Amino acid sequence: MNSGPVARLDNMTKNIGAAGPRGSARGQTLVVPGEDLGESEGFEAGHGVISISGRLKAVKQGKLREKGRSISVEPIHTRYMPRPGDLVIGYIEGCTNNLWFIELGAPFNAILPMSLGPGKVDFGGTRAVMDIGDAVLCRIQEVEETHSSVVTMKGMGLRKIKSGVIEEIDPHLLGRLIGKGGDALRRLKTETECRIVVADNGRMWIDGELDGILEVRSRLSEISGNSDGGVN
Amino acid sequence: MGGYGDVQMIDENGLRMDGRKPGDVREISIETGVIPVADGSCRMTWGTNEAIVAVYGPMEAHPRKIQRQDRAVLDVAYNMAPFSTTDRIRPGFNRRSREISKVTKDALESVVLLELYPRSKIRVTIEIVSAEAGTRCVGLTAASVALADAGIPMTDLVVSVASGKINDVVVCDLNKEEDNYGEADLPMGILPNSGELVFLQMDGDLSQEEFQEAWQYNMDAAMAVHKLMVEALKGGDSQ
Repeated sequence: MNSGPVARLDNMTKNIGAAGPRGSARGQTLVVPGEDLGESEGFEAGHGVISISGRLKAVKQGKLREKGRSISVEPIHTRYMPRPGDLVIGYIEGCTNNLWFIELGAPFNAILPMSLGPGKVDFGGTRAVMDIGDAVLCRIQEVEETHSSVVTMKGMGLRKIKSGVIEEIDPHLLGRLIGKGGDALRRLKTETECRIVVADNGRMWIDGELDGILEVRSRLSEISGNSDGGVN
Repeated sequence: MGGYGDVQMIDENGLRMDGRKPGDVREISIETGVIPVADGSCRMTWGTNEAIVAVYGPMEAHPRKIQRQDRAVLDVAYNMAPFSTTDRIRPGFNRRSREISKVTKDALESVVLLELYPRSKIRVTIEIVSAEAGTRCVGLTAASVALADAGIPMTDLVVSVASGKINDVVVCDLNKEEDNYGEADLPMGILPNSGELVFLQMDGDLSQEEFQEAWQYNMDAAMAVHKLMVEALKGGDSQ
């Protein structure tokens, strides 16, 4: 065979030490997809990291985190992934005779069967109870392997939302809003005199006086502004 | 109009019409997060080319018949704005934009970890605001930056660069005149960390040596562009 062009050139292989960017600087190390994170031997690939032929590789853009033997990337932008038991706020996106389709801000919609809906619903009467565009507070019942998920409204406090406003932030920023043991959120509630329900999918329901709602909103944009997440 | 090779585009000193050396790339600037409502976005200027890319998703795929049970689908739409060139382009899809959308989608599918989001869709919209030459390369490169900005898992960024031949000289990153009156054009999509290819097209004829030279130019340019992409992704969003 004659010598054709080769895809792997010497100038393409980066000269990175065995540890990669790890341990090089304390604090914030930002990584981008495809970045080499060093040897995978003895380490565990966490969120946003994969192990390919003995090397760890970032697959997401974000901040590098090292916890024990686990290396992970805390992404700057995320989308919510449903997990069973999560409290979520969703919008009705469609309905059939016996179920509703709920949009959760996730990569796939969830279904809310009539049997798990609010109170008694007649067959074919789903739209009369909750129509397209309505917001509901519900809980994830199950998520299947194929990502089809079911939500329920049977439970304490789960209901159709009729008042107040709904705001949204990136789900990974919720920790900052809630604080340790819910401290920050509790303080926010008392300061603004608002009723706030924070759902796991990054949406929250705020009800109260207008001034209070505006205060909560400015707090939210502060949180997302700092992390460059953006209130959607 | 002169035919192929009739126009003198490279002088006796080996400088091109815009003063670049054969291996030089036009000036590039990259900015992320330019569209606040999008999950990820990027504005990329490359010479006088300008592309704006928005990424939405992963989200529920509609209509349901396009859903795949084992992976997400990429919906890539490349479009040139009517005002992007001196000749007004009829708005809407045409044969060329469909082709570029398809090759861009194929290139991105090989890096995005689609199997993590079964039954969903990732929408990538590439809008060319100003076009000179090599808009498919700008679009693909900007799309990979926007996908990274959206936090979508991918094994690598994609850098796309084109080299070609003018007056029997192989040069990197053709501009409009070189693209129109040159003899060949070789756009490539490269994964900078592994050096693998995800996209390769060729227009015109190149000998094996010329092909190899063009290939080497593209690889070298890809590394330089990749540095800028990483800088934009890290600098643009750092606190």
